[in-house]
Amino acid sequence: MNHGTIERNSILLLVLCLVVVSIGGLVQIAPLYWIDSTIEKVQGMRPYTPLEQAGRDVYIREGCYLCHSQMVRTLRDEVERYGHYSLAAESMYDHPFQWGSKRTGPDLARVGGKYSDKWHVEHLNNPRAVVPESIMPSYSWLGQTPLDLSMMEPRMKTLATVGVPYTDDMIANAAADMKAQVSPDSKEAKALLARYPKAKVANFDGSDEVTELDAVVAYLQMLGTLVDFAKFDASGPNLR
Amino acid sequence: MSGHHKEVDAVTGVETTGHVWDGDLKELNKPLPRWWLWTFYACIVWAIGYWVVYPAWPTMNGYTEGMWNWSARAAAMDEVKAGHDAQAQFRDELAKATLGDVKTKPELLRFATAYGQSVFGTNCSPCHGRGAQGSPGYPNLNDDDWLWGGKPEDIVQTIAFGIRSDHKDTRISAMPRFGMDSVLKPEQISDAAEYVLSLSSKSTDKAAAERGAAVFAENCAACHGEKGTGTQEMGAPNLTDAIWLYGGDKAMVVESIQTGRGGIMPAWKGRLDDTAIKAVATYVQSLGGSK
Repeated sequence: MNHGTIERNSILLLVLCLVVVSIGGLVQIAPLYWIDSTIEKVQGMRPYTPLEQAGRDVYIREGCYLCHSQMVRTLRDEVERYGHYSLAAESMYDHPFQWGSKRTGPDLARVGGKYSDKWHVEHLNNPRAVVPESIMPSYSWLGQTPLDLSMMEPRMKTLATVGVPYTDDMIANAAADMKAQVSPDSKEAKALLARYPKAKVANFDGSDEVTELDAVVAYLQMLGTLVDFAKFDASGPNLR
Repeated sequence: MSGHHKEVDAVTGVETTGHVWDGDLKELNKPLPRWWLWTFYACIVWAIGYWVVYPAWPTMNGYTEGMWNWSARAAAMDEVKAGHDAQAQFRDELAKATLGDVKTKPELLRFATAYGQSVFGTNCSPCHGRGAQGSPGYPNLNDDDWLWGGKPEDIVQTIAFGIRSDHKDTRISAMPRFGMDSVLKPEQISDAAEYVLSLSSKSTDKAAAERGAAVFAENCAACHGEKGTGTQEMGAPNLTDAIWLYGGDKAMVVESIQTGRGGIMPAWKGRLDDTAIKAVATYVQSLGGSK
């Protein structure tokens, strides 16, 4: 079969093009679905709490990713500044993930616990109140916008269909868990912590209502806190 | 478009490819320049070499790791280590030295201050400010007014374990909510605030300040001291000076008594290693206010 034959037969040309492109795709993409080294197994990862996930949705809605990445790259300066390089497993429940290298603001992959809740509240309301030289816009409406607690149940069901391991119990308690996460020392908070270990429970914005600000701060305060790097072994099996 | 019969184009003197369209449309055979072609082949050979030495191809249950056993992660950590090793002389010395020792060794002091400043810049400045000047609720570190003590070991303790942080060894005491928890009535709060202002000669209502003295003695003196000069073990600020963490006008003092205060500083142990904490403490000391 010489090229003249292929070039004169458009269907044959199309089929052979597809075959060639498919080989490239299969070799590059397909193995990612089964080789273990794609996503290392690390301890501590859990799905986001409903409040954190709601905060994440606000984060994406407001376009925070346009200036902030969430990936400490394997470069010396980043590791020295932000901490341990990010693991693929740390974004395993992210839909969509927030990797990137566009940093008008700092990377946020390990911002959790770095500043107080109050700082985050003041900073989101008016960044220049705490960082005079900041060029970040203010997000003062977040604290005035109550969160629709009923929205997370269907949201979590959707996430479950793409592989986030939300149990029926988690989904059924979505609205209650959102309230629980801003009610420290409550019985409900204890139940939340049983479902989502290491979640931070606090009345983040100081108001009685569950607001978008509560959600965003809850989300920011857990970023990068789930994996205990004192126990992480970079040379362990399945790790690159 | 077929045939191996070659003909030479009369106008240009160049051979045609032998392809003919629309009866008489032909194309000249102008192959790629040799240098381009050989560069292309060289790139292919280079790629094969790359596959051999670097991680490249996915396999059924892993990937080809390459002869050099290179990984981006190991490379980054090697660089971090190389950087630290290059500073090993100072790092080791700083790790062993007390903050008092550091001050007596000019070179070590210079290293620790520069190291501390860079750690401060990324970790501490969002709250305390780029020049450590602070802002309402976040203490100024340049002055000699210290909430929890300004001695080197106090500063290290504060940085390592934080204030009202999640760490079990954190400093914990906080200003109670005298108004919100109905410990004091609004007029008592107003009087107490007036008395507090009188300590720094800012009171404008002498009668109220006198009434407030009794409220202060009963409710505030336990932490702030009988004379209002503060107690560093409890992080209770000196109320007689002109330095105010939350503002020194009457409204702010009333608010402090009404709602209580309890700013949080995170614990940095774990995020920063002990040497880095020592370096930041050295930098904070170098700002001038340390005792």
